[in-house]
Amino acid sequence: MVSTRATTDRTITEWLYRYVLFPIGQMLVFIVGAGVVVMVLAYLLAFLFPEPRPNIVLVDQINRQLPGMLIAGVSLGFVYAMIALGYTLVYGVLKFINFAHSEIFMFGSVIGYEVMRRISDAGAIQSWSPPLLIIVVVSVSMVCAGLLAVLIERVAYRPLRGAPRLVPLISAIGVSLLLTDAVRAIEAITRNEFNLTYPTNDLAWLKTPLPLAFGETTVNVRITSIIIIIGAVLMLVAMNYFVNGTKLGRGIRAVSQDMTTASLMGINVNFMISLTFFVGGSFGGAAGSLFGMNVGTVTPYVGFTPGIKAFTAAVLGGIGNVTGALLGGLALGMIESFLNGILVYFPALGQRYTDIFSFSVLILILIFRPSGLLGERVDEKV
Amino acid sequence: MTTAQSTPTIKISLMGRIMAPIRAVLDNPVLAVPALIVYMIAVTLILLGLNRSDPLFPLKSSLAFPPLVLSPFIVLSAKIDWRFKGLLVLAALFIFLPLIGMYDSSYFELVIQICIFSGLALGLNIVVGFAGLLDLGYVAFFAVGAYLWAMFTSPVDTYFKVNNMLVSANYFYLFIFLGVAVAATGGILLGLPVLRLRGDYLAIVTLGFGEVIRVLAVNFNSPTNFTNGSQGLDGVLRPTVPPFIPDIIMRVDQTLGIPISNANTLAQQMLFYLVAIVIIACIIVIARRLDDSPIGRAWTAIREDEVAAIAMGVPLVRMKLMAFAMGASFAGAIGVLYAAKQSFVSPESFSLNQSIGILAMVIVGGIGGIRGALFGACVVTLLNLQVLKNLSLQINNFKNIDAVMPPWLVAVILAVVGGWILWKLLKALWSFANRWFGNAKQAEQVRVVVWGVLVAAIALLTLQGSGFRFDDWPAQLEPAKYERLVFGILLIMMMIFRPSGLLPEPRRKMEMTAAKAEAEDGAIGGGG
Repeated sequence: MVSTRATTDRTITEWLYRYVLFPIGQMLVFIVGAGVVVMVLAYLLAFLFPEPRPNIVLVDQINRQLPGMLIAGVSLGFVYAMIALGYTLVYGVLKFINFAHSEIFMFGSVIGYEVMRRISDAGAIQSWSPPLLIIVVVSVSMVCAGLLAVLIERVAYRPLRGAPRLVPLISAIGVSLLLTDAVRAIEAITRNEFNLTYPTNDLAWLKTPLPLAFGETTVNVRITSIIIIIGAVLMLVAMNYFVNGTKLGRGIRAVSQDMTTASLMGINVNFMISLTFFVGGSFGGAAGSLFGMNVGTVTPYVGFTPGIKAFTAAVLGGIGNVTGALLGGLALGMIESFLNGILVYFPALGQRYTDIFSFSVLILILIFRPSGLLGERVDEKV
Repeated sequence: MTTAQSTPTIKISLMGRIMAPIRAVLDNPVLAVPALIVYMIAVTLILLGLNRSDPLFPLKSSLAFPPLVLSPFIVLSAKIDWRFKGLLVLAALFIFLPLIGMYDSSYFELVIQICIFSGLALGLNIVVGFAGLLDLGYVAFFAVGAYLWAMFTSPVDTYFKVNNMLVSANYFYLFIFLGVAVAATGGILLGLPVLRLRGDYLAIVTLGFGEVIRVLAVNFNSPTNFTNGSQGLDGVLRPTVPPFIPDIIMRVDQTLGIPISNANTLAQQMLFYLVAIVIIACIIVIARRLDDSPIGRAWTAIREDEVAAIAMGVPLVRMKLMAFAMGASFAGAIGVLYAAKQSFVSPESFSLNQSIGILAMVIVGGIGGIRGALFGACVVTLLNLQVLKNLSLQINNFKNIDAVMPPWLVAVILAVVGGWILWKLLKALWSFANRWFGNAKQAEQVRVVVWGVLVAAIALLTLQGSGFRFDDWPAQLEPAKYERLVFGILLIMMMIFRPSGLLPEPRRKMEMTAAKAEAEDGAIGGGG
């Protein structure tokens, strides 16, 4: 283990490489890899079906849309990756799928709305500088969602630790149902509606897209996509440092390797589990508020689809594996944004089949490579 | 962690004290039969005496109807000769429930819904309870059955209508068997790829499968229209009513003098009720026979330890497929019945919520038991379709008559509803106070002060509060729309406090308690 307090040149370079350059490089590799795969798929499809509809040449459409699709895919992919981290961290420690994680994501998006709405009601939303506004919204929803995750673990999962595997799973399903309707009830009482629209309409800096030129075509990139990408990269780097570079992170890793031995080594297992839930939950919350800013309107039922897709992403990358969650999220986000752009041209299919696609990916992976792309095969202990 | 549990106390629960005399009557072989008969007649008379124009009707009806529906379970729990049991259950099913149904057709509707969900719960119980495979997409097979009948009879312009493939209503009974076959095939098709998965992975994949079926139902209207998309299929045919049913109804009508306004609907409902009872009876017989057979024992083995089961030579693939196929086939048959009863089928009826609702039934009743599944289906359906709806109606009624809840009632409700949560918090506070002060005397003083504040608060609320005006009830907060909340609380509570269910199967109970004891022994700092 490298001591982070050492001040020699060599260790600083090493520290930078290990905790900043390497994770960012990894993300770049994943983005480029997923992008290349998507591009190959797109042109293959264009080669197979040159004209899916009369007067529409698929190659032209792809040429025109590809840059936009890639950027949208990266931002969607980061959202999935951040949610998937929550699944993967908890699975790593407790070997249990936290079904309620999608609702923690939803809770984060609702908290983000509440914060923004309050700032807006106070008339301050115009005067705040954009980075400050975003940082406040995201960090409040991170803290709230993290605390909620800790509370859920304490109330609904800890009493069931060690019970047959189905028992905490069913409890998690219960928590997920309870949370959606509890949030709905609270919003219904306090705001008299539960379709919550982020008060971003008069924020010019958030609404005007940024024109980016790619060769001859110009793509209008949404500011929210850029916010998501920057925010996610920062948080993922911080997360990598936290898990791999700090004492607490070492504790979490130890617990996920072997709970009993970790407790014998003087690690407070319950605290580490709570901490894991807090970290995972706060990433879910951050993803929720960023997602909310991006789509504009959230409801208490908004968590289900992103939740199951992020779970797919976690499984795709190898559940329990933090890097895998990143890879899975980016790959799934790219492919989905690509399908969203392409499927419209196929009259027999239509856009709504994108959801089916994610489920099919999930099912296929679980059948053919249950350990995921980066996971190791774990044999069941008898 | 140990301080709270160090003093063993003998507890007699409040519930146990209330139940003791009832239990004594039910255990008495001489008293039980007349007592049960009197009970059923009394509940029926109370229900017959309720008046719809009474502003308290929703509340009264949701208090009086569940005791009648649950009476067969009370009969079964009594220690009397099985012949008496059979007779009493038959009386409840074929005399008291239809009688109430004739009097008020909304009760009949409810009873048919309960039957439908009982069938589904029994089917899911085979998959989840017997074989231990958590299936979160069970409603897909229900959808398969329902769409099967709907597509072949709906007058909507679907592929079948256009190609003149519609069938007449007489094919209904044949289609129940077809539904069984098609859904069983579906079950095997789902089962094949997911055989290698266990536990939570299986749950997610079946959930995905259920969603895929629903999305397909939404999207299968283009390029060829099969399901008519999200609009659904309406005008689904109902089976023709055989003439003996209206005859019976007329005769009952003449003898008892119950005013019957819509004899046709009633006859139709009676038919569905009878068909549902027959299907459920078949399911119960099949499930019981299966559970006692080598197949059932193989399922138990798989459920308890898959690896050991393989080692002992249980054909895993065949047994798992069998469980999926059996569970699915029951859902298929019930689906056909459901489509005919509703005469309308749309993808919305087959959401994930529905699957989880059925799972909640199995869990509330007791995983792995037939009686438990039936009981769970009754309880959850009543809760969902009667109690919550009636609460909404009741609140509306109160709003209409401008009712005010008296302050003492507000205080009592707050004390009872909040009491449990408060009790838990206080217990945590006591143990904290014990640790904080280090001696029991000071902790005792804290306890007295806290209780005093609590009692004072309730007293103050009673004396000073102005009561609760129902007009202030938020319009958005309609109990009927919060079924998820109820399901969620039910699932969590059941898992924490009674994982083996309300009517536990002895074997399951053993497993669950053993696992819990093991967990308490082995868990690291399990928390107090």
